[in-house]
This record gives sequence, structure tokens and C-alpha cells, in this order.
Amino acid sequence: MNRRPTIGADAKAAKGWFGAHRWLILRRVSQLGILALFLIGPWFGVWIVKGNLASSLTLGVLPLTDPYVLLQSLFARHIPERAALIGAAIVLGFYILVGGRAYCAWVCPINPITDAAAWLRRRLGIHGGARLPRATRYWVLAMTFVVAAVTDSIAWELVNPVSMMHRALIFGIGASWAIILGLFLFDLFIAQRGWCGHICPVGAFYSLLGRWSPLRISAVRREACNDCADCYAVCPEPLIIKPALKAVDGAGPVITSANCTNCGRCIDICSKDVFEFGARGRNAETPPARSTAPST
Amino acid sequence: MSVKKEKTTQASPARRQFMLETVRMACGVGVVGLGLGLYARQSRAHPPLAIRPPGAIAEAEFLGACIRCGLCARDCPYDILSLAKPGEPVAVGTPYFVARQLPCEMCEDIPCVKACPTGALDHKLTDINKAKMGLAVLVDHETCLNFLGLRCDICYRDCPVIDKALTLEQRINTRTGKHAEFIPTVHSEDCTGCGKCEKSCPLEVAAIKVFPIELAKGELGKHYRLGWVEKEKSGASLVPPDPEHHYNLPEGMHYDQGKVLPDEAPATPESAPPQHRAPKALKKDEL
Repeated sequence: MNRRPTIGADAKAAKGWFGAHRWLILRRVSQLGILALFLIGPWFGVWIVKGNLASSLTLGVLPLTDPYVLLQSLFARHIPERAALIGAAIVLGFYILVGGRAYCAWVCPINPITDAAAWLRRRLGIHGGARLPRATRYWVLAMTFVVAAVTDSIAWELVNPVSMMHRALIFGIGASWAIILGLFLFDLFIAQRGWCGHICPVGAFYSLLGRWSPLRISAVRREACNDCADCYAVCPEPLIIKPALKAVDGAGPVITSANCTNCGRCIDICSKDVFEFGARGRNAETPPARSTAPST
Repeated sequence: MSVKKEKTTQASPARRQFMLETVRMACGVGVVGLGLGLYARQSRAHPPLAIRPPGAIAEAEFLGACIRCGLCARDCPYDILSLAKPGEPVAVGTPYFVARQLPCEMCEDIPCVKACPTGALDHKLTDINKAKMGLAVLVDHETCLNFLGLRCDICYRDCPVIDKALTLEQRINTRTGKHAEFIPTVHSEDCTGCGKCEKSCPLEVAAIKVFPIELAKGELGKHYRLGWVEKEKSGASLVPPDPEHHYNLPEGMHYDQGKVLPDEAPATPESAPPQHRAPKALKKDEL
């Protein structure tokens, strides 16, 4: 993929540095902002949000609970209190609307780590490595439920780097750093986008929520594409762009794959401004110019 | 893989490929799952000194209920709860405290339990005196100062449920022969396992410690009956009275269940206990 030594140079030339990093900056602001909300409590004694991403209480009234962890708890045959159920319902509803894997791009504390690994991989020109099927994550997802049911415990949370990272930052780090470092090195040297793109069951779970979400990225001006392939290089899930961008099998311009994280990096990196955020329904609106079969 | 799928001249290679992929995935992920499962089982066993917050349901179920959010720890006004970090011997992310370092202060409104969103800390616990975080045990009789005959009593004085959960039982100090020992004695019905006693023990290593109840508490056989309890329940002795024995006993003595006892004294001087007989003669002399 890394034919061109400077990915994003065109975009920078066309739109300026800020224009070529707008969504990335917004995403980092979102990630850091959410972390800051959790941290100003323990650091400065101002309690806006208590808890962590597994479950939190905002301003003493708003419960938010990770539906994936709660589902594992149900598999372990524990019926939770109402607070957790309400919190999970709110989170479920939110991500069904904004795209399940928006969690990965905008909230998850591991994302900056694996993004850094991917960036360094590009900079160092590291190619290849272990090839895992992208569907591995769904197998892992199923496995976490089976193990929860068999051991009557939320087993995945014993090793889940996502919650571990977040807890480490808020409640103390312990040996978490070693696991986080391992993850970074795994993504850097062993498998490209290995964790977030292939293994992580949290992302797999949220992708299931994003199946029908109305907020999607759309290659609205796909005729303008000059085949620079920068979007493929920066996309954490490069396989999902092609159908929309190249109208494979008459696909509409909306990226419908549930594994799109709505990160918006493709919007940033495109010097031709092919992509933009839009509604899923747009696929129906656009005239099926080259379409031979109805797209879903 | 996708290239091979397109070769639909024969169905079998594509299917074969698909089957192989599936088996490969199932095996790979299965092995990881096995490791995870074993680790999960193992992490149930945690060091007895790591005490769960009040209201925590039984450990095996707790690990299926606690989502490791830390809200209990956040709402603890004394900040005694910590979430286990990777590398610590407690299930990662779960809350615990170590009584010897910081015991539970037994807040009356139990904020930690109220904060728990999942019920891993049972919301039915509304009276902190009914909490069963663990059970205090006076483990070491050799170093406990009260056992050595001193009046330390600190654990007893510090107990929030003093005189119920922890009492001092008097017994004779057989070393000196003339002093008393005041033995700190834990009563499981009232002990909440807060750990104040363990914290306050002045020894280098505490002689009294809080353990999980399943570790600390014995259990009678189901068929056991305590005679004195049964007697109280039925209102009379369940043992038939001894048959009448006919021994040649000194006047005024009788036999009861292996012992020779003086008769319950009627007030008349004739049937007075035997040891009073000799003085009686003396009295006569005096008269």
C-alpha cells in the first residue's frame, strides 16, 4: 500500500494541514476529553463522571454501562440491578444511532495506541506480518460469551486491554503497561491493524450495533477520485472503502460496512474531498448510475 | 482465500477452503478460550486477606456480577477500596480492601453498596451491622497479649460491634494460678468482618485476622443435636432419668449420673449434710 512515501501530502497541499487533520484532531479531542472527564474527579476532586467505561455515573444521575460487559455478565447468569440495565440501554441506543464502532474511533482508549502503531508502521515502512482473517474478532466475541457461561464469570474482563487501559489511567496502572506495550508491539511488528482490525471482541460487538446506524461516511464525490489510495492507507478497515468508492457491483456511495469506525480519516486524507459524513439513506437517493443490483 | 472461492468449477475446493478456515478459527480461538477459562477459574482463588466490600455476593458469583467499574471505590468516603491491578493476586479490576492496612469504617448508609450498578454488592444489605465481609478469627493464641495474660484488649475496644461481635471471656490464668485471662472471643453472628480488630492489633503481625467466612467458619454435621438446646426447646431433659441405684452411701448422700452428691438439704438439722455432723458434736460439747 505504501507506494507513495508521503501519505496525505496531496491533502495537505490542497486543504492545508488543519484541513487534512480536522477529523483526526476532533477525534483526539473526543478521546482525551472523555478521559479528562473521568480524571478530573480523582485528580482535582471535581466529580462530573465517576467510574470507568464499564459503568459510570455522570453528575450523579446519568448511568452509562458497557452493554458488552453487561451481556457477558448475563451469560455468567447474573441478573444486574436496574441502574446497569438502564445505562446499557442508553449506550446501546446511542451507538445504534451514531455507528457502533464510533466507540472505537472516538472513545476507546486503546485507539491512540494502535493508531500510533499503524502510523509508525507506515513511517518505518514495515509491511506484511501475520495474516489473520478479519472475522477472527467475531470468533473471539463468541468465545468470550462461551467462557463467561462456562466459568460463571466475566472472564474476558480479566484480560481485556480496552478496559484495562482505561482502568489503568483512572484507578492505577499496575502491570497494565506491559499488556498495552505488548499490544502496541503486536500491531507494529506482528500484524497490521492486528488488534482493532482483527481480534478485539469489543469492536466486534460494537460493529454489530452499527449494522443499521443512520450516520455513515459516504463517497459522495467518488467520480473525483484520482486513485491515490491514501484513504486505503490510513483506513483502519481498508477493505470496506472499495465497494462504495468504486461502485463494486453497483454499490451506492455510502460505506455500509458495520466495521467502518466513522473515524473520518478518509475525509481528511482525500485531496479531492470525495468523502463526507452523511446518512445511510443516501444510497437510495443517489441515482444508480452504474448499478446493476440493488445495494443494501 | 477469496480467489479460490471464485473458482466455482468444482464446489468442493471452495467448500474445503471454507471448512478449513472454520476449523482453523475454531481451534485457534478455542485454545485461547481454554486458556482464558482456566485463568478465570484460577482467579476465583484470591488471597484470604483481600476482603470484598460489604454486601459482596459469594465469590464465585461475584466474578460474574462485578463489571469492574469502580463506582463502589469512588463512593467510599474513606477511600479504602482499590481495584485489583494486573499482577496482583486478586481477579483483575475487582474491588477489595486489606483490613490490616485500612479496615472498613462501616458507614451507616453503605454508599459502596448503593453505588454498585449491577448488584455484585447486594442492594438488599441496608443495615451495615448485618454485613458479612468476612469473619474475624483470633488465629494466634501464642502471641495474642490477652492470651499471655496481659490486658491488651485493643481489638475488643476497637470493635464497632463491641460486646456482641467480640467479647472478653474470663478464665483462670494457670501460669500464675491467681490471675485471670481475658480471652477475646469472636461471635460470628454479629461480626461484620470490617477488620478494625485486625488493624488495631498492636503486634508486628496481627494475632486476630479477618478471613472470608467460608475459610473461617466451621459447620456442624447436619445430624448433630446440641443436648442443651434440645432440652430448652422441649422444656425437659430428653435423657431418661437414671434408674434408682442402691448403693451403701453415707447418710444424706445420693447417687446421680456417676457422681455422689449431698442430698438437697431439707432445713431440719437431722438431715443436715454430713460435713456438718462433726461440728454438731462440738456444738453439743459447747452446750
